[in-house]
Amino acid sequence: MSASLIRFENVSKAFGSTVVIDDLNLDVRKGEFLTLLGPSGSGKTTTLLMLAGFEAPSGGTILVDGKRIDDLPAHRRGMGVVFQNYALFPHLTVAQNVAFPLQMRGVPRGEIARRVDAALDRVQLRHLSSRKPSQLSGGQQQRVALTRCLVFEPKVILMDEPLSALDKQLRERLQLEIRELYRREGLTVVFVTHDQSEALTMSDRIAVFNRGAIAQIGTPADIYDRPANRFVSEFIGETNLLEAEVTGRGDDHLDLALEGGPGIRVPGRCEDRAVAVSIRPERLVLDAPELDNHLDATVDDVVYQGNHLRIHLSCGPLRLVAQSERRIEPPVVGRKVRVSFAAEDCTVLTE
Amino acid sequence: MLIAPLVVFLAVFMLWPLWIMISLAIRDDEVSEVLPRTAAALADWNGEGIPGSAAGQALADDLRGAERTRLGPAVRRLNSDISGFRTLMARTQRAADDVTDGAPIDLVAVDERWGETRYWRAIANAVQPYTDRYLLAAVDLERDPDGAIASMPEGASANAAIIVRTFTIAGTVTAICVMIGLPYAMLIAATGGWVRNALLLSVLLPLWTSLLVRTTAWVILLQNEGLVNAAITGLGLSDTPLSLIFNRTGVVIAMTHVLLPFMVLPIFSVVNAIPRNLMPAAASLGAPPLRAFYRVLLPLSMPGVLAGSLLVFMVAIGYYITPALVGGADDQMVASVIAFFALETANWGMAGALGLILLAATTILFIVYGRLSRSGAPIGA
Ligand SMILES: Nc1ncnc2c1ncn2[C@@H]1O[C@H](COP(=O)(O)OP(=O)(O)O)[C@@H](O)[C@H]1O
Ligand SMILES: [Mg+2]
Repeated sequence: MSASLIRFENVSKAFGSTVVIDDLNLDVRKGEFLTLLGPSGSGKTTTLLMLAGFEAPSGGTILVDGKRIDDLPAHRRGMGVVFQNYALFPHLTVAQNVAFPLQMRGVPRGEIARRVDAALDRVQLRHLSSRKPSQLSGGQQQRVALTRCLVFEPKVILMDEPLSALDKQLRERLQLEIRELYRREGLTVVFVTHDQSEALTMSDRIAVFNRGAIAQIGTPADIYDRPANRFVSEFIGETNLLEAEVTGRGDDHLDLALEGGPGIRVPGRCEDRAVAVSIRPERLVLDAPELDNHLDATVDDVVYQGNHLRIHLSCGPLRLVAQSERRIEPPVVGRKVRVSFAAEDCTVLTE
Repeated sequence: MLIAPLVVFLAVFMLWPLWIMISLAIRDDEVSEVLPRTAAALADWNGEGIPGSAAGQALADDLRGAERTRLGPAVRRLNSDISGFRTLMARTQRAADDVTDGAPIDLVAVDERWGETRYWRAIANAVQPYTDRYLLAAVDLERDPDGAIASMPEGASANAAIIVRTFTIAGTVTAICVMIGLPYAMLIAATGGWVRNALLLSVLLPLWTSLLVRTTAWVILLQNEGLVNAAITGLGLSDTPLSLIFNRTGVVIAMTHVLLPFMVLPIFSVVNAIPRNLMPAAASLGAPPLRAFYRVLLPLSMPGVLAGSLLVFMVAIGYYITPALVGGADDQMVASVIAFFALETANWGMAGALGLILLAATTILFIVYGRLSRSGAPIGA
């Protein structure tokens, strides 16, 4: 990846005495698709608004291309913003909406018409150019909002939950469309969502927000496979989070005693005594003696989920969920089984 | 079924008075009720020369039995067309009383004016049950002796001037209400909590205050020794006190004060419904605040401005008490002329005709408003 385009340096934001963003450091690289992911109220929108110039940071500074933009008003930052409810101008037609940013930049009339037509062509909306936004479907409005943003070729596009108002099917189609547009046009995108599967689908990198701070930043695979803390492991996907006590330390491994007694071996080092272990359901395998760790468990329930099975297990006080392919013979409820998992599929979490 | 009470309500409280006003403005039966036989005799007179002796006979018969109380209004009505009718009719009635019913009578011998066509023509006109004379008079027009529409002689009537003045005052008040009301409504929409309530309350207050209290307050504030003049002279803006009351300025100030809520509330409800993210969106697309205002906020507020202006203008053209209390002689509006005709001269025809003019103005405005708001008002696009 290339150099950083946008840099948050020790940025904080407080409304009155409520601290909403606390000492944020974040780089957005040129040409990447970065997603800010986090539960509602974690400060994603506030971060985006500070970048777009609608909120001033209480502390720290934001740099674009190495230059501070603190004093630059929103209309001179040249960032495209796609708002949650599209924010199309209801009194203007589709074409006039798309022409708006070009008019603000004093582009000559003829060129405006040409660029608007070309931009609408690219999203197959040219035939709707004389409609008012109220005469469009939600998906079409979203595309117009996106086009209005792209037409002035901003150096970065900010999107705040742009798809959350759409139904599931349309949302998934637009996710792919946005991703496709991003690749084709070579954009830099900062995308906000609270939907982890959307983040995993679309992003080059994800910054997971928790209470106004970044809990972890990395590629979707990093975040999913190697969560840095309990919050991320639970927020992203589904996991078995098991409390454990360190009973022995090797060069590159730890021996742990799980709640209720069973011992397992996991990779890593740590100084703490009490830790947690995160194991994804699809990493728990029934009857695989070649793996490192084994637990004796009872099958509580088996649930069909179309393309896979979810198996609910109990091992003393521990409750586990395993996920397996439909191809295996479903275990019988009430039967004793042996659950196995590889050491490298365990993530030790200390915080 | 459920809307039956509403229909009855509308019929009783709106359509019926409306019908009465219209019929008052065009009905003209004072003379025909007193002179029914004359009316019948003149029915096929062509209006040239002198009608036959049967007409004179019928007139004498009608006058002989006529009661004073009913004859009075009829004579007044005729006298307003040609002055002199009063003495003519009195003399003719006396002569008729001397002759027995059905006996021939020579009216020209009683009074030689009966030999003039115009007196007969005036009666022939007056016995028609409907007339346009009030409607014409309401805009300073009349029918000349040949029946053609012509303007009244200079100075005979000031109705047209008063109508123009009424529309001028109403227009001025509307314009000032827009200038104050639009920013004010936007301010209310931009605030929240108790500030918003306080702002709304202060604009609604004049609606809940007694008219006399309000008007007296303005008299106290605006008089030569009043607070406003004290401030103006105190600040050195003017050496002598400005005359702000009992003239057009006072009328416009007092009316603006009362009518402002009718401007602010429609604009506020429109502005308040504009999505909050449109202005940030405009900024993110490169619009400086002022341009964003002109291209986005202002055009989206226009439906409210339009509705508010219509409301203020329509209420303003009917204003009566405020101009009477804080205006001068040259600031009286159509409503006070209507009150004059209705209460002081019992000239219901003129009162109704002037009322119809106001109604027509309101109706036209309403139709224009309907057109504008239906077309989606692409104002400023
Ligand atoms: N203008 C504001 N005044 C006070 N508190 C605010 C304001 N904007 C946001 N907040 C608070 O800041 C926190 C983060 O908000 P936000 O950035 O919108 O979260 P997210 O977009 O992640 O859901 C929330 O607790 C919210 O209540
Ligand atoms: Mg948000």
